[in-house]
Amino acid sequence: MTLRQITDHAGEWLRGVGPQSDTVISSRVRLARNLAGYPFVARASARQHHEVLDRCRAEVMGGRLGEGVLWVDLRESTPLDRQLLVERHLISRQHAGAGGALPRAVAIGADETFAIMVNEEDHLRIQSLRSGMQLDEAFNHVNRIDDLLEDRMEFAFSKRFGYLTACPTNVGTGIRVSVMMHLPALKLTGEIEKVRRAARDMHLAIRGLFGEGSEAMGDLYQVSNQTTLGKPEQEILSEFKHTVVPQIIAYEQQARRALLKQRQAQVDDKVWRAWATLTHAHVIDTEEVLAMLSHLRMGVNMGRIDTVDITTINELFLLAQPAHLQKLIGAEMDPTTRREARAKLIRQRLGQR
Amino acid sequence: MAGLKRKCDQCDKPATHHSVEIVKGQKIEKHLCEEHAIQEGLAIKAVQTPINKLLTNFVKQQSLPSPQPEWVCDQCGMTFTEFREHSLLGCPECYRAFEEPLAPLLERAHEGETQHLGKVPHRVGEGEQRQQHLLRMRKRLEEAVACEDYELAARLRDDIQRLEGQGQVR
Ligand SMILES: [Zn+2]
Ligand SMILES: [Zn+2]
Repeated sequence: MTLRQITDHAGEWLRGVGPQSDTVISSRVRLARNLAGYPFVARASARQHHEVLDRCRAEVMGGRLGEGVLWVDLRESTPLDRQLLVERHLISRQHAGAGGALPRAVAIGADETFAIMVNEEDHLRIQSLRSGMQLDEAFNHVNRIDDLLEDRMEFAFSKRFGYLTACPTNVGTGIRVSVMMHLPALKLTGEIEKVRRAARDMHLAIRGLFGEGSEAMGDLYQVSNQTTLGKPEQEILSEFKHTVVPQIIAYEQQARRALLKQRQAQVDDKVWRAWATLTHAHVIDTEEVLAMLSHLRMGVNMGRIDTVDITTINELFLLAQPAHLQKLIGAEMDPTTRREARAKLIRQRLGQR
Repeated sequence: MAGLKRKCDQCDKPATHHSVEIVKGQKIEKHLCEEHAIQEGLAIKAVQTPINKLLTNFVKQQSLPSPQPEWVCDQCGMTFTEFREHSLLGCPECYRAFEEPLAPLLERAHEGETQHLGKVPHRVGEGEQRQQHLLRMRKRLEEAVACEDYELAARLRDDIQRLEGQGQVR
């Protein structure tokens, strides 16, 4: 597999087919691990960085994690490729940028359901990403990879603090469970603030998926655990499966019903204007695309429009982003040219000229 | 200043929250009213602020009057002050070296917990001591390479390999 082959379609996690996929876009579980007997990444020497990288490469690419694993050495990749990997959630922004010369890499599973960052903040960040609500599948996958790696490598661990990580906020299980949710009705009704407050009380983090600040573009929110010490993996997963996610879903559904009952004309107006914009615009920036796609997605899920399917919409969330767009067109473009190319791509994918 | 009620830096209300931060050697005093203190404080920002940043702020506030002696990790040489600047520890041993000053921070980050529960590696046991030993030998290896003592480096490599071999036994 090469990077080029993954560009023109969305990853498994964006297929939009998993359980509860009208609100839950994807499920992600990540484990942080460090090789025993080495300093953490920020404190290691260049020689140690290389040694860790080589050892991890040998284990990860040795065939035990399956065939067709793609190894991307991030020092040798172009900024555009790194941006592409960020947009696909296969590496973090930090890993893409990280002081150019730091020896670091990512291993990507054949179907993109797993990715392993090497020499990010920790020596290893093992993640699995699935579409819809599939936390158990994602956890079982990373747990299996962790077991396989642990057969051959020793991870820094203490009985008191568990798996030792560079940042004490990850120590213990080293687990980060995240669910990406589409919450347009909570956003439109302003109820999202209540969800934020409730999440904070439960020691959860809520972040917008795109963009830096707290404002969530495309009404996509990522809900993750913050506690990693003193709480077993299964307990965190169970909270997400039985409390956190069902409650947020119920709240979003309630807001959708209220909107339909009290503001049906306005809802339809938003949905159809989104359709009109996306199918007729000739110049459009990412932010507007995300906002319009969000309304369109809500419209499809609420049965207000049937001119397009969810898979196409999910794909556009990804393909409209700068790196994907440029890869698809096959040329680097300045922002102005990108806005035109983006509008054209969207018109085509939505069946218009 | 004695007796004079100080005003908030950002409005005319009396300041109820006072803090001093040292940023790059510069002393920065802050005097804020309740409302502006909350705006600047942790309570409100908790949700949007990345946890790392939150931690930095938290540790800085915690350490305001810091007459204690400096904590240092023997293994990697990191000081607790350095950790406060970057919120990243230097090596696994840092957890032992900074156990005392880290405790309140861990409690805050993890709902009051300071004892691991959950997955344990298969080969845990005598492991902790060996891990510490490995770390020490790798440090000596770095030093040997740095001063071009290749004979010592080679010997250390052999020792490290042997020690790691022991870890493979289940
Ligand atoms: Zn004030
Ligand atoms: Zn240390």
